[in-house]
Formats: sequence, C-alpha cells, structure tokens
Amino acid sequence: MTSWQNNRAARDARIAGGAALARGKVVEAGNATRLLEAVIRPGDRICLEGDNQKQADLLSRALLAVDLSRVNDLHMVQSGVVLPEHLDLFDRGVAKRLDYAYSGPQSARIARMLFGGKIELGAVHTYLELFARYFIDLTPHVALIAAVSADHDGNLYTGPNTEDTPTVVEATAFKDGIVIAQVNEIVEQVPRVDIPADRVHFVVKSDKPFFVEPLFTRDPAAITEGQILTAMLAIKGIYAPYGVQRLNHGIGFSTAAIELLLPTFGERLGLKGKIATHFALNPHPALIPAIESGWVRQIHSFGSEVGMDDYIRARSDVYFTGPDGSLRSNRAFCQTAGLYACDMFIGSTLQIDLQGNSSTITTSRIAGFGGAPNMGADARGRRHPSEPWLKAGAESDPDGSPLMRRGRKLVVQIGETFGDKNVPLFVEKLDAIELAEKLELELAPVMIYGDDVTHIVTEEGVANLLLCRTAQEREQAIRGVAGYTDVGRRRDHGMVAHLRKRGVIRRPEDLGINPLDADRSLLAARSIKDLVRWSGGLYAPPSKFRNW
Amino acid sequence: MEDLRFEHSVRTRAGGARQSAIVGVVASGNLEVLVERVLPDAECTIEIRTAAVGFGEVWTAVIGDFVERYSPGGLRFSINDGGARPDTVSLRLAQAVRLITENGQ
Repeated sequence: MTSWQNNRAARDARIAGGAALARGKVVEAGNATRLLEAVIRPGDRICLEGDNQKQADLLSRALLAVDLSRVNDLHMVQSGVVLPEHLDLFDRGVAKRLDYAYSGPQSARIARMLFGGKIELGAVHTYLELFARYFIDLTPHVALIAAVSADHDGNLYTGPNTEDTPTVVEATAFKDGIVIAQVNEIVEQVPRVDIPADRVHFVVKSDKPFFVEPLFTRDPAAITEGQILTAMLAIKGIYAPYGVQRLNHGIGFSTAAIELLLPTFGERLGLKGKIATHFALNPHPALIPAIESGWVRQIHSFGSEVGMDDYIRARSDVYFTGPDGSLRSNRAFCQTAGLYACDMFIGSTLQIDLQGNSSTITTSRIAGFGGAPNMGADARGRRHPSEPWLKAGAESDPDGSPLMRRGRKLVVQIGETFGDKNVPLFVEKLDAIELAEKLELELAPVMIYGDDVTHIVTEEGVANLLLCRTAQEREQAIRGVAGYTDVGRRRDHGMVAHLRKRGVIRRPEDLGINPLDADRSLLAARSIKDLVRWSGGLYAPPSKFRNW
Repeated sequence: MEDLRFEHSVRTRAGGARQSAIVGVVASGNLEVLVERVLPDAECTIEIRTAAVGFGEVWTAVIGDFVERYSPGGLRFSINDGGARPDTVSLRLAQAVRLITENGQ
C-alpha cells in the first residue's frame, strides 16, 4: 500500500532524535552540535539563517563542529553568506552545494572557493527569487534561525530584525521540516509573537546576542562634493519632474546624499510633500533629518539597523511597529512592496556597460545581488497606475495607445564616473561575463539588465534612456555621462550634443545647477553626531561610527 | 610621483583683480590647487605633481575641457594631487578660477 505521509514520519523521527537532548523544546548551547547531528541527515537542504543583517551565529558554529560521518554533503539554501563559518562549512566538507542571494563581506573568499571548486554553485538569486524557491524546489529540511527571545513553549520574538525568519519558517515548518531557533534569552512571556510556537521544534539559548551587521549606516562626514552634485541632479532632474513619491533607495553614499539634501536643497525647490513620501527602505539613519522635517509619511523595512530601535519606537507614525512598540520588518513583504508598489528604485553599482547592464560582481568579488534586481526591475504584473509610472511609460512608447500602454518603473543607476581608487564605473564589457565564462555558468550574473534601466546619473549629467530610440542612441547617451572614463572619452561628440538638445542628456547647467554650489554645507547633517542631534538623542550609533 | 605640464593659448584674460588663490587640500583622493596671475593675458599653464602615475591621457582631457570652458588667461595653476578623481580635479580648478576672479586684494 502506498504511504502518503513518509515525510511526516521522517520529521517525527528527527524530532524524536533531538528530543533526547531537550528539556521541553529547550536545548543547552553546549549540546547544539549533538542536536544538529541528531536531526540533520546527509545531503539535507539546510537554511542556516544568514540574512542581510541578523545571523544565527551560534548555530553556524555548532554546525561546523558536527561529526562528518553523520552529517555531510549538505545543500545550503540561505539568502546571506555573511559569516566566515558559512564558508568554513564547505572547506570542511559539511556542506557541498550552495544556493544564495547575497555575500557582501565574504565576496572575495566565495569567489576563490568557486574557482577552486570547493563550492558547487546552484545559482546566485535575488531575495524574492530564493524565497520563492523555498516553496517550490528548494524547501529546507532543517531551518536554523535566530530570534531575540523565546518563551518555554517556543513562541519567538525576533525583535526589529525580523527579516527573513517568517518566510524561512513558513516554508520549513509546513512541509515537514525541522525549525531550530537560537535565542538570546528565554523569558516567561515574549514581547510579541513573531513566530508561533507550533512552528518551532527546538530552542537553543545562546550565551551572547546574535550578530547583527550595521549595513545601512553611512557617515555624512564622508560624503563628497561629487556625490552632492550627483544627488542634486537626481532630485531636480528625476524626482521633481516625475513627482516620485513612492520609492526605494539602494545603499550607498549617493543615496545618503539625496536623503540629506531633501530638507535643504529639496525644500528650496518647493518639493516637500511632492516627492519622497513613501519608502520601502531599511531604517537609514541618513533619512532622520527628512523625517524630522516632515517629508516622510511612511516607511516599510526589509530589516532594521543597529542603533535605530529607540528612534523607530518613538516614530511609529512613520515605521511599522508591533504591539510591543518595536519595529517589525519583513524582507519578503518589503521586497514585494518595492517591486509592485514603488515607482522608482535608485541605487549604485560597480560596473555599467554600453547597453546599461550593471553588475556588482567583479572577477575577484562575487557579492551577490540581494534585493537590487527586484527593486530595479519593471514589474510586468503591475496593473495600478500612478503619475511617474505612466509618464515613464509614455516617454518610452510615445506612439502607443494611452489605455493599452504599460507604464514603466523608474530604475535609476547613480554614481560617480570613477569609484574607489579611480576604478571606472563604465566598462565596455562587464567582469560578470568573464566570470561566467571562467566558471562555465549558463548565465552571467547581471544585477540589473540594461532594458530595465531608465536613467543613469553621474556628476556629468542625467541620461534618460527612456527617450533613446535605437541601440546606438542608448550607447551614446551612456557614453555622454561617462565623464573621463575610457567609455566617456570615446563618445561621438556630435551625437552626444544632439542627444543633449533633445533632452536625452541633461547637464548640470541644463537643470539650472551650478557645480560650484555642490557644497557640504547643503547637507542637513554633516556628521553622525548631527544625526543624533536631529533625532533628539534617540539614535544611538554603534561605536565604530562614534568619534566623540 | 609624476610631473605633468600643460601650456595653452587662450582667448581671453581671466577676470577679477586678485593675484593668487588656493583651494583644496593635499590628501588621498583630493588635491590642492594654487593659482597665480603671473602670465601674459593669452597664456595659461598648468603644472601637476601627482601621486597617481599613468593618467596623462585623462589629465590632458580634463585640462583641455577646463581651459576651453573657462578661458583662464594669465593664470598659472600649480596642482598637488593625491590621486583625485577627474571630476574632483575639474571641480577644484573651477573653484580656483571662481576665487581668483572675485574682486579682492
């Protein structure tokens, strides 16, 4: 007779194996490795919660220490490869195959290990894409997650960094998988229930709080005049004419400069209330002056940011908070919000080619994509109109029927023509292509495809790719804002002048901006300490950002 | 270090009366520009001492555009460069011209 509940039986056997080490659901930290040996089987798909910020670090170390004769050849399916232990697993042979989305701090080592054949790579995903696969063909057998606290039943409070946890638990717990949570403390009653107890099988109390990476703090003191100029061009050349109210900002100094110019430059242009009112955004400290000045109505967040907890609590009109008062973030929902409910994504990249394709992958660094490809893509399933979306659609297809024409999301790449150490932003060929050839990948890891990019902003001007009618115009529009890079110096001057006349390229002077006005005095806050002052002392920056 | 020198004939004399001006700082990724009104009206020279070797072609392009745009006749620029990006160089040169063409001493 066919059995239809094999997976449930297997799950119950795993739980029974682990239960021997637990009191109720609680397992001592010292027994964490034995617990993992009891519940994990060779070849299992494991989600070791590595989010963008929050890390299940105790469980990472515990997994690294397993007896290889019992646990090996694991298939890791996690969004963030962030801790050294995440890669040590492959060095040691605990894990073999990897599907992931982002690997910021480990980008150089992951590149070496891929070249060295230490890791069998499935694919580099976007967050939403990997989450989607959790429910189709990459469902975890075991999820190792991190939370702030648990009660004795196993109800979990994730704290402000909820991030990926609900998604990971949903996919695992409802498909006969095992959920093991590391928590900072075990309490009588959790402040709020982020994960209900019946989805949690084991709880391990960590001896120290889980690691959180402050990823979204940019010190205003490091913002350059070039970044300020570029930010002014973006505000006056894109935010204002399209009336962009709903948007997502990528991480970086250029977008931090925009955030800090809203209450000064933006105010002078009379744009308050007309632009930048609703965000899908992590709690960027650089946005504090704009919030305090009444610019921002609502922010939904992917994760939290170190030091912002008290500020968020005190500004619940702006942020999403739980009944306990603290931030509730959710990466899957915020990515969806960014994809479907935002009219613009603006962010930086490391390389842009002549078609406008961009990638943060270089031959020595494989940083992954995180959320940018979802934020920086036209949502083909979108059906609701908005002014910026319709205007962008009309620019790209002026002859189409207004009632049948798709709108377009504004996807803006912003940056200085030369990056760190004078490395050019513009290239003839992306390193991602070379990498794909070397690793024999079927697909080059492109972050944002050129056909999704609508604008490129550099200190030399704004290129509106929606107005380009041919591939040649597009290439010259890109060369026309590429400054003194090789790509920029090889422009066709006649064609660039013509594109400028048509408004495809707009220089600072075309927008009434004098580059000499791009001064640091325009920044609403010029230091981390200024941000603390703006927040009324509620923002508590981590020590590495303090110099007082 | 690399030394570069550019001489340009220009259309017009830079305005203003100030004799010299200095902008910027010598720091990594930045530069200091000293500008002096010491040349005949139709001449302009730019002397560069840079920490970044091998960027002569980029300097030629940056300086060419700058001279074309501002016509800084009569001025000698001395640049101490700490490997600044081209856009920073353009900005500092423009700031130097603005300062020396202001009315002052």
